[in-house]
Amino acid sequence: MSPVTTSARRRLLPYLLVLPGAAWLGVFFVVPLLQLGAASLYDPTGSLSTGYALTWAFGNYPAVLQAYWPQLARSFGYAAAALALALLLGYPLAYAIARKAGRWKNLLLVCVVAPMFTSFLVRTLAWKTILSDHGWLVGLLRDVHLLGPNGRLLATPVAVVLGLTYNFLPLLVLPLYASLERLDHRLLEAAGDLYASGVQTFRRVTLPLSMPGLIAGTLLFFIPATGDYINAELLGSPNEYMVGNVIDSAFLVRLDYPQGAALSFLLMAAILAVVVGYLRRAGTDEVWR
Amino acid sequence: MRQESPAGDLRLANLTKRFGALTAVDDVDLTVPQGSFFALLGPSGCGKTTTLRMVAGLEEPTSGQVLLGDRDITRLRPYQRPVNTVFQSYALFPHLDVAENVAFGLRRRGIRTVDEQVRRMLSLVRLDGHDRRRPAQLSGGQQQRVALARALVNHPQVLLLDEPLGALDLTLRRRMQLELKRIQTEVGITFVHVTHDQEEAMTMADTVAVMNAGRIEQLGAPADSYEFPATAFVATFLGRSNLLAAEAAGRVGADVPVTAHGARFSLPADRARSDRGAVYLGVRPEKLHLAGSADQVPHGHQHLDGVVTDASNVGVSTQYLIRTGWGGELAAFAANNGLGRRFPVGASVLAHWDPRHAFLLPREPGAADRSAGLRDEPTPVSS
Repeated sequence: MSPVTTSARRRLLPYLLVLPGAAWLGVFFVVPLLQLGAASLYDPTGSLSTGYALTWAFGNYPAVLQAYWPQLARSFGYAAAALALALLLGYPLAYAIARKAGRWKNLLLVCVVAPMFTSFLVRTLAWKTILSDHGWLVGLLRDVHLLGPNGRLLATPVAVVLGLTYNFLPLLVLPLYASLERLDHRLLEAAGDLYASGVQTFRRVTLPLSMPGLIAGTLLFFIPATGDYINAELLGSPNEYMVGNVIDSAFLVRLDYPQGAALSFLLMAAILAVVVGYLRRAGTDEVWR
Repeated sequence: MRQESPAGDLRLANLTKRFGALTAVDDVDLTVPQGSFFALLGPSGCGKTTTLRMVAGLEEPTSGQVLLGDRDITRLRPYQRPVNTVFQSYALFPHLDVAENVAFGLRRRGIRTVDEQVRRMLSLVRLDGHDRRRPAQLSGGQQQRVALARALVNHPQVLLLDEPLGALDLTLRRRMQLELKRIQTEVGITFVHVTHDQEEAMTMADTVAVMNAGRIEQLGAPADSYEFPATAFVATFLGRSNLLAAEAAGRVGADVPVTAHGARFSLPADRARSDRGAVYLGVRPEKLHLAGSADQVPHGHQHLDGVVTDASNVGVSTQYLIRTGWGGELAAFAANNGLGRRFPVGASVLAHWDPRHAFLLPREPGAADRSAGLRDEPTPVSS
């Protein structure tokens, strides 16, 4: 084989490697996305039976925002609350597994991941049983007067936030674990040697050095939690519906495609804005002075 | 803070550390005078780093005490001790720049005006202008100096150095040795330096403690320990020695006569660590001279016969290996100063020494000769 064709092959190789993935994304992500974008601009008076016309109806956006802003706000509120709860549970958990578990490390990791082996739907249905009005948990809480005699958990925001926390917790714990596990213990010794107490060592060394995992984990948690509708559907009531539920019903029940598409795009834009803002702030290390 | 303490000698009292069945540090008892440069020298696994970590508070002693002046700091947490460490791996904080690494200790103690101190410290270690760099952007030697500055800026009573030059190449290491010595003289803080490099310990330290298997074998000025080692381990770890298995039967007058491999020798009694029973007769290779015939041996020198089996010129000296009559091997280093005669391989020679340069050490009965020529040293390979 002549050297010319060899070097030509070398130049082509990266493109050949990218091609299958790019084609996949093109066919199954970009084209549907454009389709969805077009649908969000359809004439809202159309219907599946009469057919839709692309009339560049930008008015769809303010219309859905006005109609469904409470659900949109609720999505972010519930996801944020669940994230806060998950951080409280997940950071100590990841820290303990990564740095204190010794030979139990792998077993504990399996325990974190194990729920993912069962279906999302089944897990959430199990929570419905646990939180039900006649379940042991509600009974216990009523007995200790944390709940009133007619108090309930199911069909409340608390249930939805608990469900979101539970379902997405592994997505937060795993990346966090990975970055804490890599942390060099000699840096912690050095901090102690340099007059940092345990709390200060955590604040000044452990926490900043776990930021990559923390950022990855919070994003992996927050993005699907915001768009989720199963938890609100099964553990909440229409009063707890999130934007995902509205999109679900727009596409599958009410068959109002322009509305569903416009809401989807709004949600996407809102998540993108939150993520970019977050990365801007958390990605700079001047925070850690 | 605690800057006003008067007598700041560091004292280790019967310090012992066991890890399960292994005794890493065995009843170590020593005093490091305030302001001195102290080296803990020993092979890897001898317990020197464990000793250092107990002073830093990173390891808790099984028994014994660590005292600073008359203050017992044995049970204090690392961050409560006026002691700072330069770690072997440097352990610089990767998320902070050079200036913030150096400022770390000051900030943790709530000192507000750190900029001036940081700047002065960076100029002391000759890193001016590097304050905004990240550790990853620095060379090994520069990282080492940041680690030093980060510890020194706190004005500890004792600075601990855990093989801080181990990762540097030879040239840089020699330069940093002089640099460290200069800085120590300048700041006047007690330095405790752990190393396995005897040359490093001898270049820098006022006092060297030679450690082996968890114990201090000898403590003293490096030149004194070199001239008159206390044990066979010190004689072979701090420099090199020819050790001949010999028997002694007590002193006669001012001398101690010994028998080695059938030959009789003697040396002054003040050169004997042991004068009865199994002993080693020791001579440093550079104090063992070669002569072609008996009339060339200076008066008062003692000698034995041998044959040159190897002669390697290493520049400043020629290193000879001599096979003795009983099949043993001796090493002799002759300075290439143009004065002495050179001997080819195969030449019959007399190896001679001044008895005042020899020394007598206790020997385990049954232990054989130890030759300075058999040590594993990197030898230049000719291709």
